[in-house]
Amino acid sequence: MEAFAHRSLLDIEGLTRADVERILDTAEAFLQVSRRPVRKVPTLRGKTVINLFYEASTRTRTSFELAGKRLSADVINMSVSASSVKKGETLQDTCRTLEAMHPDVIVIRHGASGAPNYVASKVNCSVINAGDGMHAHPTQALLDAFTIRREKGALDNLVVTIVGDIAHSRVARSNAHLLKLFGCEVRVVGPRTLLPVAVDSLGVRVFDQPAEALEGADVVMVLRIQQERLAGALLPSLREYARTFGIGPRALERAKPDAIVMHPGPMNRGVEIESVIADGKRSVVLQQVEAGLAVRMALLYLFAGETADGPAVGEAD
Amino acid sequence: MGACRSPRLEAPGVFTHTPPDVARTQKVVLDADAIQRSIRRIAVAILEATSGIEDLTLVGIRRGGVALSQRIADEIARVEGRPPPVGTVDISLYRDDAATALPNPKIGPSDIPFDVNGRHVVLIDDVLHTGRTVRAAIECLQDHGRPSRVWLAALCDRGGRELPIAPDFVGRAVDMDPGGRLDVWVDAAGPDRVVLTEGE
Repeated sequence: MEAFAHRSLLDIEGLTRADVERILDTAEAFLQVSRRPVRKVPTLRGKTVINLFYEASTRTRTSFELAGKRLSADVINMSVSASSVKKGETLQDTCRTLEAMHPDVIVIRHGASGAPNYVASKVNCSVINAGDGMHAHPTQALLDAFTIRREKGALDNLVVTIVGDIAHSRVARSNAHLLKLFGCEVRVVGPRTLLPVAVDSLGVRVFDQPAEALEGADVVMVLRIQQERLAGALLPSLREYARTFGIGPRALERAKPDAIVMHPGPMNRGVEIESVIADGKRSVVLQQVEAGLAVRMALLYLFAGETADGPAVGEAD
Repeated sequence: MGACRSPRLEAPGVFTHTPPDVARTQKVVLDADAIQRSIRRIAVAILEATSGIEDLTLVGIRRGGVALSQRIADEIARVEGRPPPVGTVDISLYRDDAATALPNPKIGPSDIPFDVNGRHVVLIDDVLHTGRTVRAAIECLQDHGRPSRVWLAALCDRGGRELPIAPDFVGRAVDMDPGGRLDVWVDAAGPDRVVLTEGE
């Protein structure tokens, strides 16, 4: 088996199908580690992982932190409110400072699209994008793929419907890129104001009505209505959104009987998803959380080990 | 791939199979009959040492020890009427060079579907060499619980220990030079055999 050919994970674009399968296969082994009496392996002893979070995030940061700790790495969390960023330090200076601490992996979440690419170009260690602006959220797409593969047996040729705020969603973009590697039919549906301008370039089928978009779907991905990003008149009201696009039992009747419902969290119950679905037997929301830990352990393992000097995933040539 | 053996700690630098155009001396050190006799002898010795099957469990070290542990369990079943529980461990995450090793091996699952606490666990591998794999397997096993006793069985012992580790049950000690290779085929395509390839 070759060493993993990439040094950083900035985007799903640039990963091959084989790369994705390698990551998901590796994650299978780590899923089992988290189910043992001793939920820790000594693999990354002496390695350092820095979580650099410029945006509020509890679950992604916690997931990366726990992933690092279960691999015995030293994990340091830096969040924006506590760091010198508030004092006016530039991203470049922050990179230099972190570099001087000799980390093996920097996990970064940033509000600006492309910030992880910038950091990757400035530092010598691996960089994992934990979500940047409206650009990409590759680890979410990988954990979603991992969850789907476990539930459905394989990723190939499934019909996946993504519902909601596509325009602001890096989750939707990264998922569309990944699922297309496996020949999935990716459909998006949402209010026109919440579809990105060049939605066709994602290679997805665009629908206006949830009923049509959900017809025969194997997987329903419900996105969060990001109220913090909805400044302006994109939506008349949350209630109206819920009535048209909220996923409840009636909307799901159109999907396949064994369709699963996913949500990257945190959920707005009663807005994009009804509680009866969120807590129902088709919901795999908690499986996604467990998958997130396994996938992030796999990524840290693949990147913090001494890998080949390949190009970063998603890095411009 | 015909060989049961995976790239592991035991043989750094010789992971690839010898190209067919390079003629190196090869010798079958154990044939199918000899392997079967070794397995039977190991099985009987295990039963004697652990005073029967009551608290006995077998754990094969991936990948070379997996088929072997099944075969030993079959032999024990012939004597005792039932096989002991059989599990596997994958030591990738416990290697002492895990973070620097190249190539980065594919990790398989560790699968121990029984409680090891207070029981006898026999770790099983095909070839015992430096002892580093065994050390890693012991550490992995301990993360699954606290066995009352851990034993070690190997089909072949080629010497060359780098850690203070000794086997309890050995099929055959093989006298060979450090640069040589020992390949074990058990339950693979073709007849069971252990092949010694001389070093250069």
